Amino acid sequence: MRRPGDGGVPAPLLVPAVLAVAFLVLPLVGLVVRAPWSDLGSRLVEPAVGQALRLSLVAATLATLLSLVLGVPLAWVLARSRMPGRSVLRALVTVPLVLPPVVGGVALFLVLGRQGIVGSWLYETTGYALPFTTAAVVVAETFVAMPFLVISVEGALRAADARFEDAAATLGADRWTTFRRVTLPLVAPGIAAGAVLSWARALGEFGATITFAGNFPGTTQTMPLAVYLALQSDPEAAIVLSLVLLAVSLATLLLLRDRWLGRAVTT
Amino acid sequence: MTLDARLTVQRGGLTVAVELAVADGEVLAVLGPNGAGKSTVLRVLAGLLRPDAGRVVVDGDQLWDAAGVHVPAHRRSLGMVFQDHLLFPHLSATENVAFGLRARGMPRARARAAAAGWLDRVGLGDLGERRPGQLSGGQAQRAALARALVGDPRVLLLDEPLSSLDARTRLTVRAELHRHLAEYRGSAVLVTHDPVDAMALAGRVLVVEDGRIVQAGTPAEVARRPRTDYVARLVGLVLLPGTGSGTSVALEGGGTVAVAEEVTGPVFAVIRPESVALYLERPAGSPRNVWPLRLVSATPHGSVVRCDLAGEVPLTADVTATSFAELGLAPGAAVWASVKASEVAVHTR
Amino acid sequence: MRRLLAAGLAVLVLAGCGTAGGTTAPSTATADGGPTGTVTVFAAASLTDVFTDLGAALEDQQPGLRVQFSFAGSSALAAQLAQGAPADVFASADQAQMAVVTGAGLTEGEPAVFARNELEIAVPAGNPGGVTGLADFADPDLTLAVCAPSVPCGAAAGAVFAAAGITARPDTEEEDVRAALTKVQLGEVDAALVYATDVRAAGDAVEGIPFPESARKLNEYPICTLAAAPNPAGAQAFVDLVRSAAGQRALADAGFRTP
Repeated sequence: MRRPGDGGVPAPLLVPAVLAVAFLVLPLVGLVVRAPWSDLGSRLVEPAVGQALRLSLVAATLATLLSLVLGVPLAWVLARSRMPGRSVLRALVTVPLVLPPVVGGVALFLVLGRQGIVGSWLYETTGYALPFTTAAVVVAETFVAMPFLVISVEGALRAADARFEDAAATLGADRWTTFRRVTLPLVAPGIAAGAVLSWARALGEFGATITFAGNFPGTTQTMPLAVYLALQSDPEAAIVLSLVLLAVSLATLLLLRDRWLGRAVTT
Repeated sequence: MTLDARLTVQRGGLTVAVELAVADGEVLAVLGPNGAGKSTVLRVLAGLLRPDAGRVVVDGDQLWDAAGVHVPAHRRSLGMVFQDHLLFPHLSATENVAFGLRARGMPRARARAAAAGWLDRVGLGDLGERRPGQLSGGQAQRAALARALVGDPRVLLLDEPLSSLDARTRLTVRAELHRHLAEYRGSAVLVTHDPVDAMALAGRVLVVEDGRIVQAGTPAEVARRPRTDYVARLVGLVLLPGTGSGTSVALEGGGTVAVAEEVTGPVFAVIRPESVALYLERPAGSPRNVWPLRLVSATPHGSVVRCDLAGEVPLTADVTATSFAELGLAPGAAVWASVKASEVAVHTR
Repeated sequence: MRRLLAAGLAVLVLAGCGTAGGTTAPSTATADGGPTGTVTVFAAASLTDVFTDLGAALEDQQPGLRVQFSFAGSSALAAQLAQGAPADVFASADQAQMAVVTGAGLTEGEPAVFARNELEIAVPAGNPGGVTGLADFADPDLTLAVCAPSVPCGAAAGAVFAAAGITARPDTEEEDVRAALTKVQLGEVDAALVYATDVRAAGDAVEGIPFPESARKLNEYPICTLAAAPNPAGAQAFVDLVRSAAGQRALADAGFRTP
């Protein structure tokens, strides 16, 4: 049954929505229009491009996995436990969202650097220094991306009916079993959305990475760093790199939406 | 061999303080309006909520709750049925029913076999692979009952198990629930705000109002001698078990009741007290339901007087205080009662 | 300390101005004919401290004038100017980035070299890595920072390494010289190749190790007013101050070589 007016978008919503699309999409169109299409092929096969892209994808994926392993339990604690000071904790762990990433990078130095609170101990006992390694890229990206996952999963947990967990308890499931077999599947769409968001944020991460992990091709130079540095010497190369990053992230997000998010949402 | 509980819980501004005992094989209904604290009582019995004071004891010596003792829900031998079934949406019906057995460590194959057996018993043998979203409300509630009973729990808790169902489904599921409760050997507690559920399913009723027990007894006792206006309004119904045939029901206690629709098989004839009219002489005309009865007691509540009537067809009647005065009745007096056939509701049992 | 220096400069500049104008009331002269408004200076990151002081001096000298700075890697600034960033003055840390701007036809007049800088090895206080000279930049066991090749200090470093026949093995190529210096200050790298001026500005946290090869690559700092300057008078006033005796003295105090 189709009521009159069904499917139509009211003008007060349509106009800003169209403006929003233009605002978000036109800069991307600008990149495409200004790309040096004639020698795009030769620029793309430059080994530096593949190197930076591979590093970006690997680091963003590892950062997302790390965020999942640590962030989902944190989200559970924020959403379900009755621990005092929870709202303060929530505010603290979401600080990286508002912190300028460069400041985040400096803060990471102060904790995990060779002279840092934890890092100095690590350096003195094992001789291992985290900064300027690929691991440091993953750490910097995780620091910036994990709050997105935590917020997204905590929201999903709050929206999920906690009485399912009561039902599981009355069936003899302890809290860990309940978490694994009931809570996780229930909030799977929220976890998926949070993971995609974190991955996207990690892929675009610049400030914390260049500060904490430095910039060296092959080990720590991710695509955003390569784009930034190319912009200073060879703006056309920067556009090419941006296009590559854009195409890969767009393809990944579309694929995930169809394969994973789409299904999770419909069940 | 009982479930014994005496508990006090503070919930917001409400203090819930109740005491109850349920024998094996007995069904206790906790009846009361929304917000009276019924579900709080059930959550305490389930171990989902820790009482501020009191104790919950099973079989006389298993302490579930006491000073310094709290057995968490997952270590209690119980089954619980929730209002909106709460079947796990990501699991099939069979997996839902097998969930408790698996959580308690039963191997997958045995758990699934036991689950399939119980799904058969509740009439869902063919639907085991369906997800809850693909089941109707009645089917889902049956699966939820199977999930609660499959582990053969010591205590069965039912939280408004029928109230989310539509009227027609409710009748059939209530009848099935009645059958399963009759077979159940443990102690069952049913929370409901619907007096029909309480009367049809429970052997004893606790009426809870504002966190306190205002009346306790068999459904018939509570209905006949309501102690508060609230109880009177809530539980005036008279349920008469009988066997339907055509447009009449032959009552188990003798006598017949004429009804408006054709019925067959075991049913309850349900008569609301306000639809019973009282006369000193046999009423003129030819109403089909007329019985000579005797007034046992009369309890005023509000603007009406509840009359408890004994005889071949025991009834409860509400008459206005004015009519009651005009009739000039005293306990023991003979009186004629009549009910229109169209005023008699019939529920399958 | 810096404030004191700025005040001293202001006195110097005012005195200079007074004699040049030949009036007995220098304050009225500047109030009448001096530039006003805001002047925006895009300057290489290595100029941060000395230019900030010079800006304060100019504001004291010209009460109606406000000087605001954008300090960054010269190449980043050049790229921003090429994209139409509104600025009055551009001071680059090398000729190559100035050439990007002049090549785009954005400058007014000829850029003039106002300072020279040489590279120096910066190590954290105490020199934990035991760095002694440029050759240590080939040591894979040390954690080393240089500037990215696309920014002037990186280009200079590349030239110095090439001249010395050293294959450098840095751990990071920083986006500008101040970022490289920060990592030395934090003690996260054993050494970085930065400008001598940066070592001096960093104070006690950083030690400088001069090396003979540095003389082979002296960076020239050109400055120029911009064609699209919103405040040409203010722009000229700032360039004049930088090139004046007082400005040159301030640059020399900061460790720059002056032409």
